[in-house]
Parts: sequence; C-alpha cells; structure tokens
Amino acid sequence: MIGKLLRQPWVFSFGAAIAVWLATIAYTGGQGAGAILTAAFSFATFTIIVGLGQMMVITTGPGNVDLSIPATITLAGVVAMKVMDEDTGRMLIGIVAALGAATLVGIFNYGLIRLLRIPPIIATLSSSFLVLSTAISYGRGIRIKPPEPLAEFATMQVLGIPIMAFAVLAVSVGMALVLSRTVYGRSVLAVGQNSRAAWLAGLNVGRTRFLTYVLSAFLAGVCGILLSGFSRGAALNMGEEFLLASIATVVIGGTSVAGGRANVPGIWGAALFMYLLVTMLNTFGASAGIRLILTGLMIIGVIVAAGGDEQR
Amino acid sequence: MNRRILRQALPFLTLAVVLAATFYVQPRTMSYFGLNLMLQYAVPIALATIAQMFIITVNDLDLSTGPFVGLVSCVGATLLFENPALGIIALLALIAVYGAIGALIHIRNLPSIVVTLGLSFVWLGIAVMILPSPGGKAPDWLKALMTVQTPIVPFPIIAAVVIGVMVHLALMLSSYGVIARGAGGNPKALSRAGWSMLNTKVVMYMLAGFFGVLSGLALLGLTTSGDAHVADRYTLYSIAGVILGGGEFIGGRVSPLGAVVGALTLALAGSFLIFLKISPDWQIGAQGAILIVVLALRALVTYGEQKR
Repeated sequence: MIGKLLRQPWVFSFGAAIAVWLATIAYTGGQGAGAILTAAFSFATFTIIVGLGQMMVITTGPGNVDLSIPATITLAGVVAMKVMDEDTGRMLIGIVAALGAATLVGIFNYGLIRLLRIPPIIATLSSSFLVLSTAISYGRGIRIKPPEPLAEFATMQVLGIPIMAFAVLAVSVGMALVLSRTVYGRSVLAVGQNSRAAWLAGLNVGRTRFLTYVLSAFLAGVCGILLSGFSRGAALNMGEEFLLASIATVVIGGTSVAGGRANVPGIWGAALFMYLLVTMLNTFGASAGIRLILTGLMIIGVIVAAGGDEQR
Repeated sequence: MNRRILRQALPFLTLAVVLAATFYVQPRTMSYFGLNLMLQYAVPIALATIAQMFIITVNDLDLSTGPFVGLVSCVGATLLFENPALGIIALLALIAVYGAIGALIHIRNLPSIVVTLGLSFVWLGIAVMILPSPGGKAPDWLKALMTVQTPIVPFPIIAAVVIGVMVHLALMLSSYGVIARGAGGNPKALSRAGWSMLNTKVVMYMLAGFFGVLSGLALLGLTTSGDAHVADRYTLYSIAGVILGGGEFIGGRVSPLGAVVGALTLALAGSFLIFLKISPDWQIGAQGAILIVVLALRALVTYGEQKR
C-alpha cells in the first residue's frame, strides 16, 4: 500500500512542499506556521487554476503548450475591471465579458494551430503578442478598483484557509472526474498517448484539442478576474509570472510532458511547493540572486528525483 | 515553381519583403549607415538563434537562452574586463555546464523544457549576484569589433553571412552534422548503428553554450555595459527565429542559414514597425501578426506540397 503510494508521481511534490514548510517553521521556531500556510493557499490557487488548463494542454501530446496564458490573464483582468467599472451591479456582465474574451483567445489559438499547421508553441506565442497588445490598448492607464463583493470573495478566509482555495479544490476534483469519467477527458489522454491511434479508433482528435485550448484560455480568464479582485485592480504585467509557473507546476506535479498522462493532485503539491520555497528563502534572508539560483536548482532537483518518462 | 525549392526560399523571400517594405517606408535606411544601425542588434539575436537551433536539432528546447545571454554579458562586463584570463575560464566553465546539462537530460531522460526552465533561474540568479544593477564595462576589443566599419558592406551583414555559412557547412555538409541531425531524426536507429547519443547530445549542448557565449559578448560589445535582464526576450526570439527560418521542433530538421535569416527578419521587423509609426500599444501585437502571416504563407506552400 505504502509502496504503491510512493510510486505516485504527485507524492514528490507534496513531500517537497511539506519539507520546505517544515524547514521554514523550524527556522522561525514555529512562529507564523499557520500564516505561511494561509498565504501559500491564497497565492497557490491562482497558479493551480492556470496549471489545470496548462495540464490539459500538455497532456494532449508532445509540443502542445499554451504560452498565451499570461496575456489572457491580463486581458481578462483588464476587461473585467473596465466593464465592471467599480459597480457591483455590473459584476456579472463583467465576468461574462472577461470570460468571453478569454474564450475567444482560446478559439483563436486553436484556429492558428489548425489552419496554419504551426507548432502550438509558436501559435500561442504569436497570439499572446496580439492579445497583450489588445489588453494594453484597451486598458490604457486603467486604475479601476474591483467591485467590493469580488474583492471580498477573493480575499475571504474560513479558519485561515481562503474561500477561493475551496472553490479551486472543487474545480480540481471536477477536472479529475472529467479526466477519468467523461468521453472528453478520456479522449484527451488517448490523443496524448497516440493521436493517430486515437484518430483511427474514431475519436474526434480535432474537437478534443479545440476544447482543450479553449478550456485553458477560459481558466486563464477565471484566474485573471480573481487575481484582479485579489490584488485590487488589474495591471498590465499581472500575468507575467504565470508563464513559467504554469509549466513548472504541471511538470513538477508529475504530468508527463510527453503527453497522455495527467495528474491533478500533483498540481496542488507543486504550486504549494513553489510558493513555500520562495517563502523559505525569504525567511532565511537570502539575497535575490541566491533565491533565484536555489529556486532553479530545486526545480531541476525535483524533476531529476521524480525521473523522466520511462516510455518513449 | 517547384514547391520544395519555394519552401526553402521562403525565409529569404520573407526577409526580402520586410527589407523592401522598410526601404519603402523610410528610404533613408537604404544606405550603409542605415543598414548598419538597423541590423547591428541582429548579430547577437542571430547567434542566440543558432544556439537554440543546436538544441532543437536534438529535439529539445532551451528556455534559458535569454537569461544565459544576459549572464554572459554580466561576466563579460566584469570578470572579462578586469581579469581576461579569469573571464575566459568562467565563460568556458559556463559552456561546460551546458554540456553537463545535456548529459543529465539524456541520461535521466528528462524533459528539456523543465530542466532549462530551472536553469534559467540559475543563470539569472548568478547574473544578479555579479551585477545587482546594470553596470560594468565592455572590454575595448569587443566594442571595437562590434562597431568596426567594414568597406562597402556593413559589418552586421558580413557577420550574419559568415555565421550562417560556417554553421551551415558544419551542420549540413559535414559527416558529424549528419549524425547530429540524425540524433533528432531517429535516435534509436543511430544508437543501434553504434553512435553514442550521449556524446552527440553533450556536443550539441556545448555548441549551444558556445554560441550563447558569443551572443552575450556580441550584445555586450553593442550595449557596452552588462545587464542581467538585457536579453530576457532572446528566449522567445531565438525559438521564433529558428521556426521562421524553416526549422521544425522535431525530427532534426533545421536550417542554419534559415535561422540566421529568421533572426534578421525579426530584428528588421522591429525597426520596420517603428518606422510605420504604429502606436506603441500595438508594437508587440504587430510583431505577432508578422509572425502569423509568414507562417501562414509557409502553411500554404507546404499544404500544396503534401497534396501532390
């Protein structure tokens, strides 16, 4: 039983997260142990939301990755803030507009990949340039605060755990069920393992990929709305850090970069680990340089420990 | 026209079109001085693109190119300036690290994207420790080299041609180049034929490190001071350059000449957009649009080829 558990790829990421947390509170003598966890759950939720989308994209096979996530987060944040215009009554239409914009990005991404037959990396990269320009141009000089209920939802806590974390937990469980129980989820895994075999078996490969890119953009949109509620407004660089974070959490969490194998719990472990790592280094008083170097070495260390893909 | 030839000529045609458009919008660029000014930053981008190309040849991807180039510029502006011998040793050590990473990725069968993602933090961290804020000084010979006034043809063009042709000869025509590309095309077949995939990967990674060093030094010669963040965009530029130049992510299908041309096109597109007086909001977007248009053309050509 324990042996089987240890072979689960996500155990690594949770183990690393717990180890880093223990090291931090050992250093502070137990002080702030709860506060650190609260902060970790707050910040990790954003990474988890986009991580889930990135996971689905990466699972559809080698070469599939969504580089437009940061630009989509920014666009959704800007659109949401601007449409809501600090008015609680306009919250719903703001959310609909932002998610609509994000969905359009997803459709555009897949359109490029499909019609131009270009690698997803280049397609999503090019479209991210366009999306970012749209966000910059549309959101010129915005300093609009989110409506109060949105800000409250994004920062509210129950017993030290952010409400958002519960919501994202529900989404994660839903995603795990989609992967294991629905035709769409099974198709994602099948396409990722061997898209030709999946096609010959009668699966609609094109539709599966289309839905996946739209899903990823949609989740980036959700992240953008919540993030601008959380940080009291949208900023044009608000998505930046999520490019590397979304890819790193997916892979550290045990999802195969070769495609065909997804891992939802691993994303939680990896996102918490990444945040707690930075917290630990800050607590130790490390300089910016040391912090960066150790973050990098830890990422490499975790992937070396977790091992590569046996299949290939 | 033969579509195969058309596809191979596409990167060059693209460059010609962007160049012609630039001349049309701003005729004054059609001079020795104008070309020199527009293309000088294309040299480090071309070198970084070649570095990326070596990694793509063996089916990997390097997400640390940009930070690595930034780190080299910091080492060049400090160690290499104050103590040339020590500076050269440091740069050689960096190349050795690249080789070691290649070995690690091969032996443990790791995803290169993640390892180089981690590596990009390491490079940036070291660079920030060497130079917490932009500063230092470029060695004089480096400045002299990058601003040299060659007769008739501007230096950036000569440099680009020399780089492209030399790497082309080495990778496309030498017997070792065939093995290297084969390592991307069919690694199993090559290792069964008795070639060490480990060696090939290490060599390709070290070459990437070497050209990354050249790129950093070339950039330093132009900016004259080091900056950890100076080349952050180079990672994406280098990947886009390889693809614009007709390269593919898998199968060892790359083209050194194309990669250099792709890098020139990207650098030139930047100047072109400035001349067009597009609102700064849309500068990045227009670059994305150019990328999409070029790739759409290629798709059109390739599509016809497959149908026949």
